[in-house]
Amino acid sequence: MTEATLINPLDTLVDQFPSGWVKKDERPGYSGFIVEREHLLEFARTMRDDFGFDYLSMVTASDYLAEGKFDVVYYAYKTIGGPALIFKVQVPREDAVVPSLVALYPGADFQEREVWDLMGIRFEGHPDLRRILMWEGFEGHPLRKDWKEPFYEEDVKPYKSRWPEGKPVNADDRNPFNDNVQYPTGFDPERWVPEAETLLYSGLQRTTHNEEFKTDELIVNMGPQHPSTHGVFRMVVSLQGEKIVDLKPVMGYLHRNHEKIAERNTFLQNMPFTDRLDYTTSMSNNFAYALAVEKLMGLQVPERADYIRVLMAELTRIMNHFFATGFLLNDLGVYFTASLYAIEERELILDIFEEISGSRMMCNYFRFGGVVRDVSDEVLKKIHNLVYDRIPRKLDQFDAYLTNNEILRTRCEGVGVLTADQAIALSTAGPILRASGVPYDVRRADPYSIYDRLEFDVITGNHGDIYDRYLVRVAEIKESIKIVKQLLRDIPSGPILAGKPAYQVRVPAGESYGRVEGPKGEMGFYIVSNGKPNPERYHVRAPTFINLTSLAPMSRGEKVADVVVILGAIDIVLGEVDR
Amino acid sequence: MKNFGKRFGVMSSLGVTMGHFFNTYIVDLVKGKKRYRTTEGIEARRQSDTEGIFTIQYPEEQLPLPEEFRVLPFLVYDEGENGEKNLRCTACGICSKVCPPQCIWIYRATDPATGKPSPHPAEFHIDIDICMNCGFCAEYCPFDAIKMDHDFELSGYTRGESHVFGLDTLMKPVSYYESIRPANAAREAAARAEKAKPKA
Amino acid sequence: MSPEGLSKPEYQVPQEMQNQVALTTLDRLYNWSRKNSVWPMMFGLACCAIEMIAAAASRYDLARFGMEVMRPSPRQSDVMLVSGTVTKKMIPQIVRLYNQMPEPKYVIAMGACASSGGPFKEGYNVVAGVDKFIPVDVYIPGCPPTPQALLHGLMTLQKKIESQSLKEVSWYQKGPGEPIPVPVLGPDLIDMRKAALIREKSQPVTEPEEAAVAVEEAAQNGELPAKEG
Repeated sequence: MTEATLINPLDTLVDQFPSGWVKKDERPGYSGFIVEREHLLEFARTMRDDFGFDYLSMVTASDYLAEGKFDVVYYAYKTIGGPALIFKVQVPREDAVVPSLVALYPGADFQEREVWDLMGIRFEGHPDLRRILMWEGFEGHPLRKDWKEPFYEEDVKPYKSRWPEGKPVNADDRNPFNDNVQYPTGFDPERWVPEAETLLYSGLQRTTHNEEFKTDELIVNMGPQHPSTHGVFRMVVSLQGEKIVDLKPVMGYLHRNHEKIAERNTFLQNMPFTDRLDYTTSMSNNFAYALAVEKLMGLQVPERADYIRVLMAELTRIMNHFFATGFLLNDLGVYFTASLYAIEERELILDIFEEISGSRMMCNYFRFGGVVRDVSDEVLKKIHNLVYDRIPRKLDQFDAYLTNNEILRTRCEGVGVLTADQAIALSTAGPILRASGVPYDVRRADPYSIYDRLEFDVITGNHGDIYDRYLVRVAEIKESIKIVKQLLRDIPSGPILAGKPAYQVRVPAGESYGRVEGPKGEMGFYIVSNGKPNPERYHVRAPTFINLTSLAPMSRGEKVADVVVILGAIDIVLGEVDR
Repeated sequence: MKNFGKRFGVMSSLGVTMGHFFNTYIVDLVKGKKRYRTTEGIEARRQSDTEGIFTIQYPEEQLPLPEEFRVLPFLVYDEGENGEKNLRCTACGICSKVCPPQCIWIYRATDPATGKPSPHPAEFHIDIDICMNCGFCAEYCPFDAIKMDHDFELSGYTRGESHVFGLDTLMKPVSYYESIRPANAAREAAARAEKAKPKA
Repeated sequence: MSPEGLSKPEYQVPQEMQNQVALTTLDRLYNWSRKNSVWPMMFGLACCAIEMIAAAASRYDLARFGMEVMRPSPRQSDVMLVSGTVTKKMIPQIVRLYNQMPEPKYVIAMGACASSGGPFKEGYNVVAGVDKFIPVDVYIPGCPPTPQALLHGLMTLQKKIESQSLKEVSWYQKGPGEPIPVPVLGPDLIDMRKAALIREKSQPVTEPEEAAVAVEEAAQNGELPAKEG
C-alpha cells in the first residue's frame, strides 16, 4: 500500500478489493461505495484497522419502495480529520437482514436499534436488538414508505384539502376511534397482554450475592418523570448496594416522529421543525439542515449571510454551554443558584435572537442560500457589548464561583471517565469526545461555511472525566467569544440571501449529508432527494442520542448519585434524543 | 491573595453568591425608584451592563416586544372611506401551501354572477392549536395580507371550536399592523408604491 | 396582605380600622390563600419546559406568584404543567402522575402540543391533546408560549381558583374521586375506556384465529410470560 493510498484511499478503494464485492455507488447524485452484505464485516474491519476510519459517525437506512430494497448507509470518518467514507449495503425489502457492526464500532449500538425499530431491518449479531423509540409490541415499522400513520392524509404536503376549498376538519373526527390510533384487524384490547419489559430487565448485568456486606441487588427505575433526567428520559439501573452494576437507558418518551413528518413536508417546511430537535440550540440545527440542502442544490451563500450564520451558531454555543454548565450544577445538588446565573446570560442572548428572528427559542432563521433577514447595526452593537464586556466578565465570575470549588472537584474529578479509545469507539461527539483528549471538531476536521478563515483553538481535556467536560465547555465559551470578535470585526455588507426568497425550492435528485459542530457534538442531516418538492429520506444524526451510548460504560462501577451528574455532563436534550 | 481562589475554592464560591446578594441592594439604593415600573428602568435591565435585580415584573411591567416578534398570524385589512373592510388577501393559497403543519384552511369565494373563482377568501381558518408560529405564511405572502401578531396573552379555559380562528377573529386593521410593526409596514408600503409606479 | 384580593367589597370597614380588620367570606379566604401558593410539579416534557424553566428563573421569577416551589413528587404538587408534546409512550406515566396528585389539582396545557398535538399532531406517536385523558383547566396557545404567556396562563388559573366555591368543589363531596384508568401500550395506544369501541371497530374475525395471532405476536417480540416486577 503506497502512502498516497493511505492518505487518500477513497479514489482507488475499489481496486483494493479486487474480488468485486465493493462497487462505487454510481447512481446520479450519490457517492460512496456499495458493499455486499456478506462482506460488510470484512470491509468495515479493513477500513477501520488498515485505513484509519476509526469513527463511525452515522448509521441509517432509507427505503426505496419502488425498487423493493433498503439501503443501509454508513458514514465513517478518521478522527484525524478528512472527508467521509460512505458505504452502503443494499438488501431486499422481504429479506431485510444486515450483519451488525456493533462488535467493530460499539457506537453503532443505538443507531442500529433505531433502524430496526423504525425501518424493520434486522441486524444479525446485535447483542440487544430491541425497539428503542417505540415500545415492544407496537404494530409495524413506521418509517417504511408503505406504513401509514393514523392521521394519514396524503403522501406529501401541501394537502389538497386546504385550498381552494378548505374547510377546517379536526383530524380526530376522521378517525374511527376519534383519536390518533389504529389497530390491526381483529384486535381485542381485553385480551392484550401488555409488554412487561422482560427483555429489558433480563438484559441487565447482575452480580452474585455479596457475602461480605450482605447487600441486596436492587433494580431502580429512574425516570421518565424524574427531576434529574433533563426531560423524559429513563434509566434502568441495577445496583449492588450503592454501586452501579449495569445501566440501560430507555428513551422514546418524546419521540415526535420528526423523520416521518419531515418526509411528508417540503424541504422548506422542515426548517421550523428542525428548531424543535434540540430546542436549546435551534440556530445550529437550522445551520446543519441548510448546509445539507444547499449541498444538493449547489447554492453559494453570500458572504454576509455566512458571517451572520456563524455568528448565530457561536452565540448559540455560548448560550448552550452556559445552560449546560448551570444545569450540571443542578444535578450536583446546588439547587438552582448556578443555573440562575447562567440563565441570565442566556436571556440576554435570547433577546438578540428574538430581535432578529422573532422568537426566543424557535428561531427559524436560516433559509436555503442565506438567512431570512439582515442583522441591524444596533443588534451588532448589542452583541459587541456582550462579547467584549458582559460575557467575559460573567465567565470569570463563573470561574471563581465553580472551577476551584472543592465540592465540585471531589464530585467530578475521576467520575464517569471515558478514555480516548472508548470515546472514539462509542462514536461520542462534541465536548465529551474532546474532554477525552481527542481533538476532533467538525469546524476544523471538515471545515464548513467560513470556519477555515477563523482563528480558534480546539479545546481538549486530559482525563475524560466530568470535570474535564466542564472545563472544556467553559474554555469553548472563550473560544466562541474569540470567534464572535473576529466576525464582528470582519463582517462585510452585502446581500443576505442568494436569489429571491422562494417558498418552493427545486432540489436535484441525489443524497447529501450536511454536518456542523453543534454545541453538543456533530449535528448532521442525511437527505435523499428524488427531484420532487419533498425529501425522499430525511435523517437526523442527533449528537446526544449517540452520545448516550457512552452512558452505560461510563456509569458502571460508579455510585448511583454520580449517574445523575454523568448524564448531566453528556448534556442531553430529549427533543433531539428521541426526535 | 492571588491564589486565594485556588486554595479556598468554597470560600471563593460563597464570596460570589454573597456578592450577588449584596449587589441587588446596592444597585437598588444607587439607582433609586426609577429602576422599577418605568420604561427606562425596564430597558436598563435588559442591557449588557445590568447589575442587581434582573426581574421584569410581568404583568405590571412588560418586556418591550421586538418588531419581529411573532405569535399567531392575522389578516390585514385596509379601511375603506365608508368604513368597509377591504381584506388584502386574494385567496391565492400560498400561505396554506407553505404552512409546515398545514393549519390554514382557505375557502375561495366564487363570483355569484359568473360562477368563477374570485380573489377573496369566503372562509379563512387557522387552527391555533396546530400553528407552530414559524412565520412562513407572513414571510411568503405576496400581498402583505397575512402578518404575525404580537398578542401572546391568549390563555383560556377551553379549546376546540374557540381555537379555530375564523375570519372574524383573524381580521385586524392595517392601523394595528402599523402600530406593532412600523418599520416593516413602512418598507412594504414603499415597495408597493414602487411597484405601482410604472403602471400609472 | 393585600386587602383588595381578600376583603369582600360589600362590607364597609370604618376608615380607621381598615389597617387592622378585614371582612371576608370563608370562600374568599380559602381561595385567596390557595391561589397564592400553587405549587407546580417539576416535570417537563419538551421545548415548553425550557420556557417554564426560564419563567422560574430570575427574569420572570415565578416566586412572585408563590409558585417557585416546584415539587418533583406529584403528592406535594397542586398544578401539573403539561409542558410539551405528550407522546403515546409517555401518557400512561402522565395519567399515573395525575392520579397520584392530591385534590385540589389543576392541569395547565402549555403550548400547542399539549393542547392538541400541535405541529406534531400528525405523528404516529403523539397524543392529540392531553385532555383526551386528563381534564385540563387552562390552555396556553403558542409554540412555545413565551414565559410571559405562561405567566398569563398561571394568572388565568388563579382567576379560576378564585371563582371556585367551597360548597361545590369536587374534593369536598362525598366519596373518593374516581382515578382515571391508565392507558395501555398495545399495537397502538389503548384507552381502556374505549375498549368496547376498539373491539367493535376492529372488525372482529373468527375468535381462534385472533388468539393465534396474539400468541404469534408475543412470540415474535420474544415476550416471555411476565415474571419481573
